[in-house]
Amino acid sequence: MFDLFASGLKLKSQKITSGQAIEVMPPPKKVHIPFSQHQGNPARPVVSIGDHVKAGTVIAEAEGFVSVPVHASISGTVTAVQRHPHPVLGHSLACTVEADESDEWKNPAQTHQSYENLPVPELLKKIKGAGVVGLGGGAFPTHVKLAPPDDIKIDTLLINGCECEPMLTADYRLMLEYPVGIVEGAKIFQKILGTPKLVFVLENNKTGAAHALEKEGAVVRIIRARYPAGHEKQLIKSVLRRTVPLEKLPWHAGCVVQNIATCHAAFQAIRFGKPLIERVITVSGEGVREPKNIMVRIGTPLEDIINFCGGYAAKPRKIIFGGPMMGIAQFAPDVPVIKCTTGIIVKLRERSEPETSCVRCARCVDVCPMKLMPCEMVKYVKHNEFNKADDLGTRACIECGCCAYVCPAKIPLVHYFKYGKTEIQRIRS
Amino acid sequence: MRAPYSTRRAMQLVIIALVPVFAASVFFFGYKALLVTLVSVASCIGWEVLSQRVMNRPVTVSDGSAVITGMLLAFNLPPGVPLWIPVAGSFFAIVVVKQLFGGLGSNFVNPALAGRVFLMASWPALMTTGWLAPAYGTVSGMDAVTAATPLSLMKNAALYGDPSYIIQGLNSWSTLRHLFLGSVGGCTGETSALVLIITGLFLVIVRLTDFRIVTGYLATFIVLVLVLPVHGNLWFQLFSGGLLLGAFFMATDWVTTPVTKTGRWIFGIGCGIFTVLIRLWGSYPEGVSYAILLMNICTPLINQLTGERIFGTPARIPFWTRHIRSVEVKK
Repeated sequence: MFDLFASGLKLKSQKITSGQAIEVMPPPKKVHIPFSQHQGNPARPVVSIGDHVKAGTVIAEAEGFVSVPVHASISGTVTAVQRHPHPVLGHSLACTVEADESDEWKNPAQTHQSYENLPVPELLKKIKGAGVVGLGGGAFPTHVKLAPPDDIKIDTLLINGCECEPMLTADYRLMLEYPVGIVEGAKIFQKILGTPKLVFVLENNKTGAAHALEKEGAVVRIIRARYPAGHEKQLIKSVLRRTVPLEKLPWHAGCVVQNIATCHAAFQAIRFGKPLIERVITVSGEGVREPKNIMVRIGTPLEDIINFCGGYAAKPRKIIFGGPMMGIAQFAPDVPVIKCTTGIIVKLRERSEPETSCVRCARCVDVCPMKLMPCEMVKYVKHNEFNKADDLGTRACIECGCCAYVCPAKIPLVHYFKYGKTEIQRIRS
Repeated sequence: MRAPYSTRRAMQLVIIALVPVFAASVFFFGYKALLVTLVSVASCIGWEVLSQRVMNRPVTVSDGSAVITGMLLAFNLPPGVPLWIPVAGSFFAIVVVKQLFGGLGSNFVNPALAGRVFLMASWPALMTTGWLAPAYGTVSGMDAVTAATPLSLMKNAALYGDPSYIIQGLNSWSTLRHLFLGSVGGCTGETSALVLIITGLFLVIVRLTDFRIVTGYLATFIVLVLVLPVHGNLWFQLFSGGLLLGAFFMATDWVTTPVTKTGRWIFGIGCGIFTVLIRLWGSYPEGVSYAILLMNICTPLINQLTGERIFGTPARIPFWTRHIRSVEVKK
């Protein structure tokens, strides 16, 4: 309650899993792989029921430029291509693969390609072909982010290792345990962008990871731990002192931001030809017996993960995919982990306090990192005045949840703004 | 993820902070102050329940805001008023200013202040004569001050006797001691500067009161009092009348103050300016109530003109459009 002058929040980090080394979870019996795990066009399915696939087989092709292919994450038989629970979209078309005994990989890791020998278009093709998207949660196709138009000059590449959400430690452990791959992945991106300056940015609660990266020759910049310091625009402002213009991309401020897990995925794609079929997530919260960081195959259902982590400690009240601030609560026990899932939080107690009237205390205005006025915007959204809400900047909201966190009247502000944004899009189109 | 406090918890904390002020009022003015406060709180609660039932709305009196309005209204009344005065004042405050405009969060001015002003306008005689001699205190040179408060004494000194003698007495340190502790005539809650400053600072530290409004108000007030030819010296002006009660508890009501940081500074400064002007040149000895009400009414305009610049909008846009997203910068 003492932060008078800065926006954003000082949250208790609650990183109880920061000491747990990454455990590799064995492939599950069944995976459900949605075709829409990224921004842009969903991938086009190319398998049908009964097909036999290996880990790494393409099961859906990229549809257009802003799209990536989707690969099978285990070897087995396709048993269904149907609508299935999706962590973000509710329900979406997904492919169910049932495992066979072997864990066969399509391209065994025999090819050791060095990125230095490959030309830039080849690197981009391999990154797209491996299905690499932003693994910090944004799931934006990486090859698109790395290919700005010719008139844009990139002078800095920022690698985001902040992980500002409480309770998530996946990126932190990845930096501690696989720094070589991360730094090489960052150098691959650096080569693609025409060698801009390369800076790794970490929060000040991750000094161990900073040292691990510096040992591999990375330039690391430490920033004060504050939520949401890891968000793209806020990161660029605090590190480079540049403001990304509203509704524009970091390109227009001369920089590109990539998550460290994305670097690692790109490294694996180039050096080993391995597609993005597994990732590190944090399973945390008081509702799971053994909170830990795990390397899990894409498409693994929630229940298998919970069993791997010792099962539920008690009857869970809320299960969140993502972090506690921006994550999305789930309703199905077989909902799969997808490319942009960063963690699973299991809560035993849920504060479901009813919404009361806004008392204009203005804590939301003080805290908003985008300098918006949530109390005013929500007033217009509630009364369906979407043009007025748009004028006040509803579309600029990054849905970080800071306003909903501080609201004493327990108004679900982010929910209203998500609704307001879709309505504004509908009106504008 | 949610912060652990809620509106109800905030109101409870404010009520706890008001209890010392209530205790001081009973200490100095006896059972009459106790009765006025109890009747005021009870009638605020009663009017809120009644009006919400009549209007078919859920009864929300348990959030504590009616209790706060009741206490603040009572602190603004002379201790010797007949007990139907707080009932009438709370009707205006709760039913008219608050419930008819939409309930909690929708009042357009501070309800307690509006209630006090309504009473002043409707029953001026009763509201300006119910003073009681405070326990343990006298104003230097004047005994049995049932006739006046220090501020009105200062302003209309000629009516009470030899003006220069009265003013000199009011400016003396012995008077100021009484003003600071609270042993002077006045409205029940506004006399004790000591208690008000301590509880007010407590509320500022726990962020239930915005420091910008308090600082803007008091700083402007102090500067203007030093510069303009007011009656009495700085400490007299600071500790007498409803200034400290107004600056810490009434002007800082969340609902009727601007939401932006700059707006809250402007609000505080505006209150300070109007308070001094009314005390100096208005016909009332006390300017705090009207100053705050005037600034309350300006709050929507202040909100509109002082929006923060949305992250990513160009710097060179007119200040009254900073919070609007869709403005283009014309070359």
